[in-house]
Amino acid sequence: MRIRRKVSMVVLMLFMLSIVAGCSQGGDNGSAQQGGDTIKIGINTELSGAVASYGTNAANGALLAIEEINAAGGVLGKQLEPLSRDCKSIPDEAMSVSAALVGEKIVAQIGPLTSGNVAGSTSVMMENQIPLLAPAATAVNVTVDEKANKVRDFIFRVCYLDSDQGRRMANFALEELNVKNAAIYGSTSDDYATGLAKYFKEEFTAKGGTIVAEEGFVNGDKDFRATLTKIKSANPEFIYVPGYYTEVAVLIKQAREMGITCPIGGGDGWDSPDMVSVAGAEALNNTYFTNHYSVEDPDPAIQSFVEAYKAKYNKLPDSFAALGYDAAKLLADAIERAGEADPIKIKEALEATKDFPGITGTMSIDENHNPVKNIVVIEYKDGNLISR
Amino acid sequence: MVNGLSLGAIYALIALGYTMVYGIIMLINFAHGDIMMVGAYIGFFSVAVLGTNIFVAMAMAMIACAVLGVLIEKVAYKPLRNSTRIAALITAIGVSFFLEYTTIFFLTPNQRVYPAEAFPVTNYDVMGISLSSKDIFVFISAVVLMIILQYIIKRTKTGKAMRAVSLDKEAAMLMGINVDKTISITFAIGSALAAAAGVMMGIYYNSINPLMGIIPGLKAFVAAVLGGIGIIPGAMVGGFLMGILETLVSGYGSSLYRDAVAFGVLIVILLIKPTGLFGKNTGEKV
Amino acid sequence: MQKTQHFKPVQFIVEVGILVVIFTLVQYLISAGLLNQYYQINLASMCINIILAVSLNLINGFTGQLSLGHAGFMAVGAYASVIMTTYMDLPFIVGIVAACLAAALAGFIIGVPTLRLRGDYLAIATLGFGEIIRVVLQNIDYVGGPAGIMGISKLTNWPWLFAGVVVTLVVIVNLINSSYGRAIISVREDEIAAELMGVNTTKYKVLAFVIGAMFAGLAGALYAHYFYIIKPETFNFMKSFDILVMVVLGGLGSTTGAVIAAMFITILTAVLQSFPAVRMILYAVILILVMIYRPQGLMGNRELGRRTFGRLRGRLRGEQQ
Repeated sequence: MRIRRKVSMVVLMLFMLSIVAGCSQGGDNGSAQQGGDTIKIGINTELSGAVASYGTNAANGALLAIEEINAAGGVLGKQLEPLSRDCKSIPDEAMSVSAALVGEKIVAQIGPLTSGNVAGSTSVMMENQIPLLAPAATAVNVTVDEKANKVRDFIFRVCYLDSDQGRRMANFALEELNVKNAAIYGSTSDDYATGLAKYFKEEFTAKGGTIVAEEGFVNGDKDFRATLTKIKSANPEFIYVPGYYTEVAVLIKQAREMGITCPIGGGDGWDSPDMVSVAGAEALNNTYFTNHYSVEDPDPAIQSFVEAYKAKYNKLPDSFAALGYDAAKLLADAIERAGEADPIKIKEALEATKDFPGITGTMSIDENHNPVKNIVVIEYKDGNLISR
Repeated sequence: MVNGLSLGAIYALIALGYTMVYGIIMLINFAHGDIMMVGAYIGFFSVAVLGTNIFVAMAMAMIACAVLGVLIEKVAYKPLRNSTRIAALITAIGVSFFLEYTTIFFLTPNQRVYPAEAFPVTNYDVMGISLSSKDIFVFISAVVLMIILQYIIKRTKTGKAMRAVSLDKEAAMLMGINVDKTISITFAIGSALAAAAGVMMGIYYNSINPLMGIIPGLKAFVAAVLGGIGIIPGAMVGGFLMGILETLVSGYGSSLYRDAVAFGVLIVILLIKPTGLFGKNTGEKV
Repeated sequence: MQKTQHFKPVQFIVEVGILVVIFTLVQYLISAGLLNQYYQINLASMCINIILAVSLNLINGFTGQLSLGHAGFMAVGAYASVIMTTYMDLPFIVGIVAACLAAALAGFIIGVPTLRLRGDYLAIATLGFGEIIRVVLQNIDYVGGPAGIMGISKLTNWPWLFAGVVVTLVVIVNLINSSYGRAIISVREDEIAAELMGVNTTKYKVLAFVIGAMFAGLAGALYAHYFYIIKPETFNFMKSFDILVMVVLGGLGSTTGAVIAAMFITILTAVLQSFPAVRMILYAVILILVMIYRPQGLMGNRELGRRTFGRLRGRLRGEQQ
């Protein structure tokens, strides 16, 4: 009786497996390498799950960019064909999606958004030597393998790093706002926010400031008052709130209601029109955040992007949309420079990127596959965004 | 502290629904938190799209969710009335996910913001404690609803029927009480309360999203158990206690572990006094 | 009623032979590059899901205790194994053993207090513990906090996966068919009666819980070393829910059912990759419909076993005569 049932089950497994294997034989016969009229670009983003809204916006931005490029004649005379998939905000799904996309012969992949999910895709992309362009993953170890101390060959990003953001805000607070001490009250639910907090703290204290309080909240929290009371009693001159706008807006609102008037700062996760509608323009006065770009920036390139995005998707683009857009445009540019839609040549072209004019800033890709670009600090004034 | 009371009031409303349903058909309605979410959304559309004022919005949400609750009961729970508890619980989980993901499917996972005009906020300073008109609204509405509920339960025939069925279903049936109808009414009332809580959450926290029902739902469930599941005053007390506890933990303890504390409370209660603060010990008869 | 078990050498050899064939066949497909990466990933997921479903089935199906925190044990196993391999540079087998032990320990610690509870309370308590494990992991910096651990070497391969599945099935099936198994089932059928008959129900509940947890830990270790990165969020209630759907669909109390359902759900997930919201709605609907119309799931209490094959063989012979 012992092994009998196990055998039956394994037999079934074999059965299922052969079906699956049979399908794979059939499916692969299709498209040749780059034959056909299109260049396939994979878009692997979080369309469901925890960061669904960001992933959706980034995918939208990329799709808009590809549409524009195709309308202008495509790349190297061919149209770009986007294959957009959902990695469900889970790393193993990201891996599976990448594998599926690779099977469909993409020459490059845009996304996923969060550093964890990019990590999921990384092994597949590296093994298959296909470049991955992360629009918004900001953890340092996305492009660099810290343990082995080498750059991950095929992984690139178009956004700046958490380290850059955190440091920029620390310097801004110290130098432009002239504060000497600060409190940190950030999200602990994701590495993005904890990363920002870490680098802010490092830079702030290295340059002579003191951190008077360090607290955390969890994504999904709605009530920050108790902790804010605690922070208020430590009398900080500045509060750094790295996190996403969903929580930050409410937090700032409650802080102001409690009479906390000092300047408050944060990162690009703040970027959303919801900030104003939830927190109210008045509460947001005297708050600042580092961002990739500003919707209100009068630069004509940015405004035409905003208009086009609004026309197609019926809402204003947030930074993730802008980054997705830039990623797609950079990719197209790289393919153009590479001269052919070959993944390895594209990777080399990406590495050689210099002064590419993106919506989120002019960028050059450095030796760690990170973009060197300016970090904007934005101030809220009466509900409007002003660059500092 | 004030926040604790307002939060507690919201939890109490949700907990009431849990406790009423459990009292009457011995089911933990996992989907209850999601009914709250649906209520919040209906309130949102009422205010943002139809432009009604907040009271009308709440009324609409309550009515709609009452209907939804009855529907769910008829479709998903009634067929399982004689099945094992596990089966019913699993079905409830299924309903919960169904509500969440259908909402996501039709309304996107993005959060929605309750328009500020829906509820003008004024802050008052009373004896050094800052009170917002939101706190007052939430607290008073909740108390009013609870009073109405108590009236229904203690003074009306329906209430009597509800109490009878929760004590002994068969006997109630023999006494001529329409058990099905009573159960439906229970679901309707419970869901309506949850809907009110949902609208309040929308006002209080300004933003709603399809997955907002899960954590408050679980905390409200803990509250119901804390007070003694099946016991209505217990749910009210439990709700307030949970609200206050949560605020205290955020303030003095580590805000990081706040959610875990709620579960911790649950486990502690279940281990020490599973019948809750007000519960009686009824062993299962063979 | 005693089930007599005669050891028939011929059958044994045949059974082992079939196993060897399956193993080599798939191994060949992989080495020859005929099974592309996408399918390999899904195969790995399938094996891990089988282990998870079968182990949860032991707790939910056979012992009748609704545990909703299975992902927590998977997490414990995953992290334990990664600490061994990535942090301490120990070989994979150490990681696996550590995972099993750690998860079993967690099962014991959580099981002893919660298994005193009944039905719904037990379910919520296990759910709570699953979440507590996740929140705690999220706050421990040593294991990376919310970012988790990435860069885990890909030590899991087909032989490990195959071995994992086989060991899980062998142990659990044999457990069920032993006197322990009968005691466990009696707890499910009527706990009070069992208690009266002298069965130490708590002991057997904990036993089933610990063993179920242990294999979840094994699955976690295999998962971590295939998918390169683990974070606390991966092991949330959604994951427990996914496993629950597999067990319910397959039939609470049928190991074969759990295996089939795990395979089916893995394939369904892959097919619905492009329709995530629909997938969840579909799961929810499946769960509800199965519970209402066919609560015994696909296989009910039945297993594909000797009797099925015996009957087939008998029928064949009968026809020949």
